[in-house]
Amino acid sequence: MSEWKRICAISDVPVLGSRVVHSEDEGRIALFRNSADQVFAVRDRCPHKGGPLSQGLVHGTTVTCPLHSWKIQLDDGQVVPPDVGCVKPFPVKVENGEVFLSL
Amino acid sequence: MRKQKLVMVGNGMAGVRTLEELRKIAPDMYDITVFGAEPHPNYNRILLSPVLAGEMTIQDIILNDLQWYADNDITLHLGARVTEIDRRNRSIVATGKDGQPITVDYDRLLLATGSTPFMPPIPGKDLPGVISYRDIKDTDEMIDAAAKYQHAVVVGAGLLGLEAANGLALRGMDVTVVHLSDWIMERQLDRTAGKMLQAALEAKGMKFKLNAQTAELVQGESGRVCAIKFKDGSSLPADLVCIAAGIRPNVELAEKAGIHCNRGIVVNDTLQTYDPRIYAVGECANHRGTAYGLVAPLFEQAKVAANHLAMYGIGRYQGSVTSTKLKVTGIDVFSAGDFSGAEGTEDIVLHDPGMGIYKRLVLKDDKLVGAVLYGDTKDGAWYFQLLKDEQDIHDIRDNLVFGNSHLGDVGHKGNSLAASMPDTAEVCGCNGVCKGTIVKAIKEQGLFTLEDVRKHTKASSSCGSCTGLVEQILASTIGGAYQPADSNNKAVCGCTDHSHGEVRKAIRDNKLLSVADTQKFLAWKTPNGCATCRPALNYYCLSTWPHEAIDDPQSRFINERAHANIQKDGTYSVVPRMWGGLTTPDELRAIADAAEKYKVPTVKVTGGQRIDLLGVKKEDLPAMWEDFAKAGMCSGHAYGKSLRTVKTCVGAEHCRFGTQRSMDLGVKLEKMLFGMWSPHKVKLAVSGCPRNCAESGIKDVGVIGVDSGYELYIGGNGGIKTEVAQFFCKVKDDAEVMEYGGAFIQLYREEGFYLERTCHYLERVGMEHIKKRVLEDEANRKALYEKLLFALQNYKDPWAEIFEDKSGGIHRRQFEIIKV
Ligand code: SRM
Ligand SMILES: Cc1cc2nc3c(=O)[nH]c(=O)nc-3n(C[C@H](O)[C@H](O)[C@H](O)COP(=O)(O)OP(=O)(O)OC[C@H]3O[C@@H](n4cnc5c(N)ncnc54)[C@H](O)[C@@H]3O)c2cc1C
Ligand code: SF4
Ligand code: FES
Repeated sequence: MSEWKRICAISDVPVLGSRVVHSEDEGRIALFRNSADQVFAVRDRCPHKGGPLSQGLVHGTTVTCPLHSWKIQLDDGQVVPPDVGCVKPFPVKVENGEVFLSL
Repeated sequence: MRKQKLVMVGNGMAGVRTLEELRKIAPDMYDITVFGAEPHPNYNRILLSPVLAGEMTIQDIILNDLQWYADNDITLHLGARVTEIDRRNRSIVATGKDGQPITVDYDRLLLATGSTPFMPPIPGKDLPGVISYRDIKDTDEMIDAAAKYQHAVVVGAGLLGLEAANGLALRGMDVTVVHLSDWIMERQLDRTAGKMLQAALEAKGMKFKLNAQTAELVQGESGRVCAIKFKDGSSLPADLVCIAAGIRPNVELAEKAGIHCNRGIVVNDTLQTYDPRIYAVGECANHRGTAYGLVAPLFEQAKVAANHLAMYGIGRYQGSVTSTKLKVTGIDVFSAGDFSGAEGTEDIVLHDPGMGIYKRLVLKDDKLVGAVLYGDTKDGAWYFQLLKDEQDIHDIRDNLVFGNSHLGDVGHKGNSLAASMPDTAEVCGCNGVCKGTIVKAIKEQGLFTLEDVRKHTKASSSCGSCTGLVEQILASTIGGAYQPADSNNKAVCGCTDHSHGEVRKAIRDNKLLSVADTQKFLAWKTPNGCATCRPALNYYCLSTWPHEAIDDPQSRFINERAHANIQKDGTYSVVPRMWGGLTTPDELRAIADAAEKYKVPTVKVTGGQRIDLLGVKKEDLPAMWEDFAKAGMCSGHAYGKSLRTVKTCVGAEHCRFGTQRSMDLGVKLEKMLFGMWSPHKVKLAVSGCPRNCAESGIKDVGVIGVDSGYELYIGGNGGIKTEVAQFFCKVKDDAEVMEYGGAFIQLYREEGFYLERTCHYLERVGMEHIKKRVLEDEANRKALYEKLLFALQNYKDPWAEIFEDKSGGIHRRQFEIIKV
């Protein structure tokens, strides 16, 4: 059963930046915050060659992978065409300035 | 607010492109209604030639299918001709497919009615079997006739006429081309090239009759045309006559509505007609006296018109230089610019009849103003670029006619390769894209620009070394429709229409201090830009307003945020600075200790005279830096668009040949430039004598000691395309090296476009420009040098800044992992 876990305060994630979360079961998860203060979480592994997405540039609701610039849609984990693939998204929510992840 | 109504007349290439651009930037602004007299959705008219030649089908050339109009919420009336514009009431009247009138109101009207073929007033021009070559209907009729009849005559040996003749010949007809002038394609080719082309086409079975004045078209018994008679009394049998005698802007509708027309609907730089609510784009428009007949300029117009319709109001269309290519398989002809040989021009001609090669370059004041190429057109795109950029070619003049591949020794631009490459050949080594994939994408997706190809295939989107090759493939696949963007005006990326130059200027003129401010000021189309524009904007703000602009770490590539180089497995590499390549036992010990303490898997000597620790975990970086700081070491910026290394040789300090103390000067230069951000990385070298052991000849700034002082070289590059540095000047001592070298670097920092190395910058602005600013103008040189020193004042080693940041600030936080 998945449960909501408190991760950090939203202010701990830089705007247009990320934090890396490590979970026993899921491994590295990338937590992003965009300029509209939306928060997203996806597995920190690019479907191309495993690049750490947490280290990419965030724009809109997308991150550009630091290794070869694939673009990944953060809300559903889908890769932006012409590339194809997807990465696992994790449910996140923000309540009273606290970020929760469902694992 | 009520949505505005936009009505478009003419459903062709220029008009629909305008709508595409408009939907991209202002998707919800207008209710759009389109009237097209043809019964087809928008198709690629250019490709009617391959359709006639049997190389493609009509299905292949549809650009926007009906679904596209539906998806974009566009009301489409096909087979409906607009007959009237009521400007007072702002409405139009059309005759629908069923003959019924349709009336629609508009707030803005877009005229994109194209051209109509010119029909000379020859008796018999209205007979069955006499057609023009403009649309799908004409093409179908020709295909039909080719199946039934034998003799075809094409009137007019321009691009269109020859492509028609070629297609008809390929479909088995006996084709004669009749032409008024002395040689064929006289508007695009000079006499020599025209004659060579004629011979090649004759070898393919086509016949020509030049200096021929048509007197009449003769009706046969069936009622169809059967022959063509000339003024000299001769005649030829003809079951099909295709008239390709030129086109006329289609202005009928506009003229009737009282809109000012003069060989086209007259428009201003925002593509508005005399009535500002009414725009005109495409072949029907006359801009500054020119009505264009090729798609590339029309697409530029479309972009500006869309921009203005969206009320951005910033783009202006300023006219285009066009180039021509004939799309007849196996024959290569290219021409661009003005080759009439007017006063003050000089010709460079290379003519090898045996090889079937002819090249004529027309120069004026050390600039290329025209080019005609026959047989070997692989350098066409390159010449065209030189021409459009108005680049000074003085320095390359002696080899100019031999083409681009003869200029450098490593010539990776690959211009000579494209045509002869097999489909399976790899074009883009970074993304593994082969030629076939690119050609297929261009054809199937209807791509016209380098950006499009990048987006759809990724080819040339990484290191960019294959850009030239991809442009070549584009040019050879879509022919004359390809228009290389002129390098000064290319948009930064898809998030904006502004070029690097315009962005730099806006930042300077309006004192924009941050990425976000700049995006807001210039009405960026995306919420936060993208990985291409943000780092560029951040650099432009920082370099224009040192100590005032607000650095945005989130707009920097990860390497510049983590102050180390990301590796393929997500770990990092760390390169401490070794000033001028010098080190000490203590430093080496500190490196050895760190390597052991942090279990560094690989320690390597770099190509830049220092040591790299590869495979460090990101979490360990701050601690490792702290250890280095204690040993007196700091960041080597092996990761940044910044000063990298100053390579030195041992020099007069030790070497028996040394004339100058190169290590000394190297260290001084490196300390001076420490922490400098620049458009791209910057590398220097100092050699103690002309034996040049520090390889100064391939550095951004190379210094070579000679007996009487130093020689300075600039714009060298040892990377993707090896570029030898050019001699800049001779100076007398260390202080002058720093001043002259520093001034050049500052000029590059102020004028360079992001990701432009000094060699590309130099190529763009020309050596003359740099000499004027730095050598000839002493006050300016000193000012540049001052500005450089000012910008670099109080720079703090980024490693120290991060590990000292104990407050748990953003710097520090990015290195810590949250465990759950
Ligand atoms: C470490 C080093 C190779 C080595 O083991 O020797 C190296 C490593 C990288 N080079 Fe280099 N270059 C290294 C010397 C060079 C040299 C030789 C030199 O500096 O004398 C060149 C050619 C000289 C030049 O730049 O003009 C060189 C031309 C390039 C280029 C092509 C640049 C160009 O303008 O054509 C790139 C790509 C780029 O920068 O866009 C590049 C990019 C890279 C990157 C940073 C790729 C990247 O973006 O991740 C490599 C990081 C590897 C890693 O995983 O850490 N590297 N690279 C060298 C570091 C030198 C240093 O101490 O800082
Ligand atoms: C065979 C051929 C080969 C070519 N090859 C090349 C090439 O290699 N390179 C190149 O750059 N260019 C080439 N061209 C030229 C290029 O196709 C044109 O420049 C381009 O299509 C013009 O676009 P446009 O939108 O201005 O006009 P069009 O594409 O002609 O569109 C105008 C449309 O408006 C419709 N229309 C007109 N009046 C009305 C009205 N009152 N109501 C409703 N609809 C109306 C017309 O029916 C037409 O469909 C070629 C042209 C032809 C015919
Ligand atoms: S170190 Fe340089 S040459 Fe070697 S693989 Fe990386 S980028 Fe290419
Ligand atoms: S690993 Fe992400 S783009 Fe290659």
